[in-house]
Order: sequence, then C-alpha cells, then structure tokens
Amino acid sequence: MKTKNYDVVVIGGGAAGLAAALQVHKSKKSVLVIEREVRLGGILKQCIHDGFGLLRFKEKLSGPEYVERFIDEIHSENIDYVCLTFVTKIERTSDGDFKISVVSKDGCDEIIAKALILANGCRERTAKQIYIHGTRPAGVYTAGSAQALTNIYGQLPTKKCVILGSGDIGLIMARRLTLEGAEVEGVYEIKPTPSGLMRNVHQCLYDYNIPLHLSHTVTRVYGDERLEGVEIMQVDENFKPIEGTQKTIDCDALILSVGLIPENELAESLDIKLDPKTKGPIVDSDLMTDIPGVFSCGNALHVNDLVDYVSESGEIAGKNAASYVENKGKVNRNEIDLNISNDFLYMVPQKINISKIDEKVDIYFRSKKDRNNVVLKLNLNDKEVFSKKYQFLRPPEMEKISFDFKSLNLQDNDKLEFSISEVQK
Amino acid sequence: MNIDSFNRKLNKKLNREFNGKFKAELKDKIIRVTGKSDDWNEIIKACQMCVYRKDGIHVVNDIEFTGDVIPEMKKPAVEDKSLDGEKCDVLIIGGGISGTSIARELSKWNLKIFLVEKEVDVALGASGRNDGEVHPGVDLHKGYLKTKYIRKGNHKYDQISKELGVPFRRIGQYVGFTKGYLRPLVWLYAMYKKYIVGIEDTEIVGKDVIEKKEPALNKDFKFALSNPSTGVVCPYGLTIAYAENAVENGAKVFLSTYVKDINVENKIIKSVETNRGTIYPKIVINAAGVFAEEIAKMAEDRFYSIHPRRGTDIILDKKTGLRFDTVSTVKEIELKNKSHSKGGGLIKTAHDNVLVGPDAVETYKKEDYQTTPESMDTLYNKQQITMPSLSRSEAITYFTGVRAPNFEEDFVIEKGRNTKNLIHCAAIQSPGLTTAPAVALDIEKMTIELLKESGEVIEKNENYNPVRKHQIPQMSELPAEEREKYIKENPDYGIIICRCEQVSKGEILDALNAPISVPTVDGIKKRVRPGMGRCQGGFCMPTVTKIISDYLNEPMMNVRKSGADSVLVYGETKGGEINEN
Repeated sequence: MKTKNYDVVVIGGGAAGLAAALQVHKSKKSVLVIEREVRLGGILKQCIHDGFGLLRFKEKLSGPEYVERFIDEIHSENIDYVCLTFVTKIERTSDGDFKISVVSKDGCDEIIAKALILANGCRERTAKQIYIHGTRPAGVYTAGSAQALTNIYGQLPTKKCVILGSGDIGLIMARRLTLEGAEVEGVYEIKPTPSGLMRNVHQCLYDYNIPLHLSHTVTRVYGDERLEGVEIMQVDENFKPIEGTQKTIDCDALILSVGLIPENELAESLDIKLDPKTKGPIVDSDLMTDIPGVFSCGNALHVNDLVDYVSESGEIAGKNAASYVENKGKVNRNEIDLNISNDFLYMVPQKINISKIDEKVDIYFRSKKDRNNVVLKLNLNDKEVFSKKYQFLRPPEMEKISFDFKSLNLQDNDKLEFSISEVQK
Repeated sequence: MNIDSFNRKLNKKLNREFNGKFKAELKDKIIRVTGKSDDWNEIIKACQMCVYRKDGIHVVNDIEFTGDVIPEMKKPAVEDKSLDGEKCDVLIIGGGISGTSIARELSKWNLKIFLVEKEVDVALGASGRNDGEVHPGVDLHKGYLKTKYIRKGNHKYDQISKELGVPFRRIGQYVGFTKGYLRPLVWLYAMYKKYIVGIEDTEIVGKDVIEKKEPALNKDFKFALSNPSTGVVCPYGLTIAYAENAVENGAKVFLSTYVKDINVENKIIKSVETNRGTIYPKIVINAAGVFAEEIAKMAEDRFYSIHPRRGTDIILDKKTGLRFDTVSTVKEIELKNKSHSKGGGLIKTAHDNVLVGPDAVETYKKEDYQTTPESMDTLYNKQQITMPSLSRSEAITYFTGVRAPNFEEDFVIEKGRNTKNLIHCAAIQSPGLTTAPAVALDIEKMTIELLKESGEVIEKNENYNPVRKHQIPQMSELPAEEREKYIKENPDYGIIICRCEQVSKGEILDALNAPISVPTVDGIKKRVRPGMGRCQGGFCMPTVTKIISDYLNEPMMNVRKSGADSVLVYGETKGGEINEN
C-alpha cells in the first residue's frame, strides 16, 4: 500500500475534472486526477457528434475532440493522473486533510489531499426508476448504454426502436441509430414540451423525419427474451395515462432518455448537504460544499446542457480549491442563501459567501416551465436590485448570469431572492 | 370416514356456492374437482372449498378453464442427443432451491446424480424470485409439513451458509401492532407459538425497544412480536452454491434440459425423455416447482394440484438500507381475513438493500413474471404504514415471482403413491427457502431407502466435501490489506467494472470459471452482482458483455442477457469505410 500527498485531488477525469485540474495547476498547486475508466475524457469519449465547444472555442467540435484539447494540456503540463482507479472511501484526517482510499491494478493505495474536487459526473435514470412495467427482456437500454455500445464498442443495439424521453442523449441517439441503419419509430415524451435542446430536436429528429410525440409515454414492455414491443399511451396534464389511448408498437428496443442524476454517493459518504432540486451538493459562490475544502463541479454538481459550462465550473472549483490550499484551509464563511421563487427548477450556487466576493459570480438556473417575455428579478430585502428580460425561458436550456454581488454591500442578515415574472405591458 | 356421505356433503357445499357448476369426488385420497368455468378465481375458490386436510388427502383440479388459453411451459429450443442412453442413480427434475439442495445432500453418497433444469441457469424460477427471508415460522400452524421443517431449516442456516459461502445474517423480525389493546391477545399467541409450536425465541417487545432498534418504523406501533431468529440469505446465491457444491462432489447439472415425457411400466419409471435424449434413472425426484403437477402426471402419480400465485417485490437502494436493519411489517388483525396471501413486509437483504413485498395474486400463468402498477401500489400502500418515510423514489428495480402452492397450502414431500421409484418434493412455497436445508436431508434419506430397498449397495462418497471450493472473494467487503493481496496475485481484482456494487473484473472472470458457468449478463449478475446497483447496469452492461465476449471468444452479438433469444446487440455498426467521393 502506497500513500501519496497532493494539494488537491480531483475525482473524475471528464470535462469538469480536467478543467479543474488544469486550473489548480495554473495556481501552482499540486494536483492528481483520479479516473475510474480506462482513459481520461469521461462521457465525452462516447459523444462523437458535434456541437461541443461553441462557447469556449467558437468551434463545433465532437466530444472526443473537445476533451482531447484538455487531455493534451494535462499531458503537456505533466499533470499527474491515474486511470482505472476507483475511489472506495474518503475520510477526514485529524489535521483536516482528506484521506482518499483507491483501488487499482496496483492494489489499494491512499492519497492525502488538502482539498478535494468532486467532478464525478452524473448517471441516467433507468426504466425501473420511472416505473415501466411488463416483462424484463433484453433490449431496454438507457440512451447512454446504447451510445456506449454503438460508439465505443461498435455494436448495433437495435434494428427498430422506440425512444422514450426527449433528453439530449435520446435525441442524439435517434439520429445516430438512424445513421447506422436502424429505424427509430418515434420519440415519446411524457411532458408537453421537449426535454432536450431545440437545436437537437431539429437537427436530430426533424431533419431525419423522426416523429416526436409529446404528452405520450411507454406504459408496458412486451417480449420474453428480447423486447418485442411497447405499449404507448397518451397522458393528461398530470402525466396520468389516458385510458383508451393504448397503442402497441412492434420494436426490438426501448431506449430511455428520461433524465440524469448527479452521482452524489461520494458526497453523501462525506455527509455533504445536497440540494433536493439539483440532487447535487449545495455550494457557495466558490463551488465549495458545506464541508470546507470539498468542491463540486460539472454534472456532479448539477446536470448541465452544454459542456462549455461544465468546464467553466471545473475552472471555478479548481481556482478556489487552490486558493483554499494557499490559505491553509482558513476560510471565512459568511454565507447568505440565494433564495429562489417557485418559478425556478433550481439555481446554482445556492449560497454567496459575502466575506469573499472579489469578482462577478456566475449563476446558473433553469426555469421550471416554458415562459415567454418574462423578467428575472433579484430582490434584496424585498427591494428590487437587479432585473433582466428574457424572451424565452425553457427548462432544458440552462441560463447563466454573471452578477456583481459586491456592489450590493451585503450584510449578514440580508435576504436575497430571485423570481421570474411576466413583463408588464 | 364414510366416503359417500363425505362426497354428498362436499357437493352440497359446492352447489350452494356455485349452483351446480362444479362437482367433487373423493376417491383414493384424491378429491377431484370437475366442471367448467371462465373465471380462474372461481376455480381457485371451488378447489379451496374442497380441501380436507387429513389422511394425506389432496385436491386435484380438473376443472376446465375456458377463460383463456393457459400458456404452455416455455421450453429451451435446443434439441440434441447428448444425454441419450445415459443411466443414472438419481435424476432430479428442477434446479431450484429444492432440487439443488437435494443434489448436494445426495452427493455425500457414491451415486450418479443428474439434475436437469429447463432454464439457462439454476434459480430462475421462484428460488431466484423471492425476498430471501429465513423465516422464524411464527405464522405457521401445527400439523403442517411446513411447520415440521421450519425450525430445523432455520437452525441449519448458520452452518449451511458458512459451508457454502453465502451471505446470511440473523437480523430479527418485528411485526408491529398499532392497537395497544391487542397486546394480551398477541402475548397469548406468542406463548402458544413458543411453548406449543416450538418457536422458542418469539417474544413481545414494547414501543421503547422498537424505537431503539428500528427507529424508522411507524411511531404508532404500540408493541411488536419479535422473532430474533429471523434471517436473510441471498436466495439465488444459495441455490447456485448448493448446485456448485453438488457438482464439486460429483453430481452433474444439465441446464436448458427439460423433461418431455416419462415412461412408466408396472408402476416403475423406466426412462425419462428429454430434449437431450432419453435418460434411464433408478430414482426420479420431482422438484419441478410450478410444473411439479405436470411431472407427477407424466410419472402417473398425480395426486395434488399446483395453483400458481404471483408475488412482486420492490428492491430499494442501499441508501434506504442505512436506516433499516431488520425484517419488519405491520399487522392489522382482521378476524375475517383468512386469505393465504402472505402479508409481506420490509426486508433488509443480505446485500444491504431493502426489499418491499411481496403481494399475492392468483394466476393461471405459471411463468408470468410481468410486474404491474397495481402490485406497486399495494406494496407501497401497506408498507408505508410499517415505515412512513418509505418513498417511491428509492426503488431501483422490482420483480415478480410465481409461487407453487397446492390447495392444501402445504408441502408434498413423500414417495410416489402409485409410482414406486419417484419422490415428490412439490408444492414448495414460502417458507420453502428456509426449510430447504432440512427437507433436503429427509429426501436424501428417502432416496437412499428406496435404492436400498431395490437391492442397491450404497456407499459413502469418500471425497465428499461440504465446503464449496469455488468461493469468489467479494473484493468490496475485504479489508484493504487482504484486498491488496488478492490484487497482487491477480491485478484484475483491482479493476472495478460495476461502480455501484464495486465489482471487479477478477470477480467476473471467477464467475465465468465457476463449476456451473453461465456466461450471460444475467448469469454473471446473479453470481457477482454487476448491474445490481442503482444504475441497473447502465454503465457496466456493455463492459460486462465485452468481458463475456472475450472469455467465450465470440463476437458480442453472440452474448446473451439470459435465454437463447435474449440478444443484446445485432452485430457491428457500419464501420469506418471511406467514401472516395
């Protein structure tokens, strides 16, 4: 068993973790990236479609191309990383450091870090988590599994499928499978609006004549060994299937794109407080969790729609983790909540550390519903201090604002609340 | 007993209820019920009315069901002659907990033992589709075979689980009552069970004990019936372990092998026809679960009927397991409720998940493993009383099993009545997992008796080892130093394939190299658990498929989820051909 020491350990070598590690390195702190898979790159390895990096590089890159730029930099900067290495346990040492137990081909090792960045991504909701009933045949795949089979293993998971859920991976897979010669009978979405980005609905479905059926869901799966068909039903406004609308579709696979959940098990093992809305940790403007020295970023923090934001949050976490180490873990946490009205699905960060605001804070949020012509308002002690108009707000599309909280000269007992309201005509 | 008057009375009762639709006749210890109905529940009710639980009398259901076509048994497609002409001492039909435990106990003897199982793996019927509870037997009554075996079986679990290397824990059971005034009554019941029925450790505990031991339970529980000897075991793990230990001791297990017919001459089974050819056994053991009646019929020894009963269980995340540690349920005494449906409950499994269930629904489909929203609602509604914080979002998966009860709701463990070289281990339902270790010993005894009676000289198997040799080390459970040792010897133990359950590649390869190797995604999942966690194989299924494909040296399209038709992928994608234009 070996023990190694680093200033910062980044768990996860995907878009968030690599950006975080590079930032820690730029801040002259030692850093190690721990990746559980064979290679660096995270989920981007299997995202061979384009559209990555529009904000960051002003280019349309494929997932592997996007992440390759970070990996190249990791190599050229000689940043330490380990692959096929799995974190089994994280404990706090008596000096306030973190002891990370890992297992790999080399055995069981320990790494001591002064700060920790959780960048371990998210996972997909499964068929059972959305209570699909019927038999249990082969051929029920999450979009991510279907994508791994197709793009990593070069295997065709279906010849004719139904896709449930219009999340981005589902839309991307509709196109991908069509290009591979499979028939995508249709994409079914329980909600009255698509869950993925509009640009994907157009580029992946409409351009390929794949129908999108809104307010529909799969209620049953048929087939003993391999899936033979699914039952589709229309749903009402409460997502309850409407009796009499049953329709059976013959197909050999059901592909699910019904949501992503941050992988928060490591955070939970550290007793980090989670936000029930994002399912990721509650963080402050430094992306530090309620446990000092533990930072969270990327899809482990909340599920992002664009990788550019993922990398960005990695950099914020990396920079602040380095500065946490620089200050020897002495942080003054004087935090106030960023309260949000019912109009929001969520907002990240959830807190502002008022004793440490030196620049604009990036705030990410999603509206709960589709809204047109609305205004986002920030109230300080019930008095409006900021507003911004939006022509559209859609839940699938994350919004970002950069706000200078310093100008507000915030005090301990101040109350901040964001809300969304219709524009007064 | 006057048979004529018995029959008269019985038919009078039936007529009163069903208006002459059904008839019953007791003859040769069989109450044969006949008639016609398109309502399955009505058929069940009629047969249940005819039950006379004495003198080994059984109800046989010969009512014609006109409501639907009863699905035929699902059969493996393979047809070959690989077993044609084979002779054996004992042929066990069925690779569930009964068949495999019998095979293992018989392997103490120098016998040629065959076990045939129609599915691609053992434990694919009820033995792999239950909650894994090792029952205390407190709900059983005197005079039942179930009751005879329950304590013996329960006691054997410490030894069996150790020998076979299967996770087992005595976690105790609480049956909670919300009505405090019932306490004296339940106390009397407990004393009766303790001193008369022999459930020696049953007792009543108060609110304080419940709150201390299981704080997540309903705060309205005034007291509970406590049964500390209640345990949990991995039911399919135990079945696989029994089968593997039997194989290690010389027994042969043939998967995807089903019985087509049985040739009986002069009350002796001469041969058994399978899809793998004709086998010539000296003794046949019927452990065919929901199909035991069909086997009995083929063997000309049908004297009981199986009426399948579905049950669904929900598996909750291990996170729920952090706040729950026992087997618990709520009991609301309704004097009129005499149904045989098991109450179900919450169970902390041997793998630290929590399981909710099962319910009980009569069905004429013996292999209907579908789940329904209605079952989910039943289970949640009831068990949210047991544990109010129970939430639907904690479910990671759910499954359905089909029990194999007869109308007497008791086991049939006896030598053939008509056919001499046959032993029935039938109508085994809950608590059949608990009783299996004890029942297997009795069946072993019966088998040896039968063989000796026919003049065979039976010798002990000198090489018999009750300890399963092929035990796969579970890396995630080992202390770091021990894990390190394994990894130094075989680095594959350090490569984590399933992140939710932390299963290493080494463990997956061990499962592939087991005495009963089932190189399918489900076969591996049952043995070492990749895909059992909260992502349900979302991340690891492709990798596991690839590992199996490499092991078999076959393309991924030839790897199956489970059965022969459960194709995972259809071949390679288009590939990287370059278009010159």
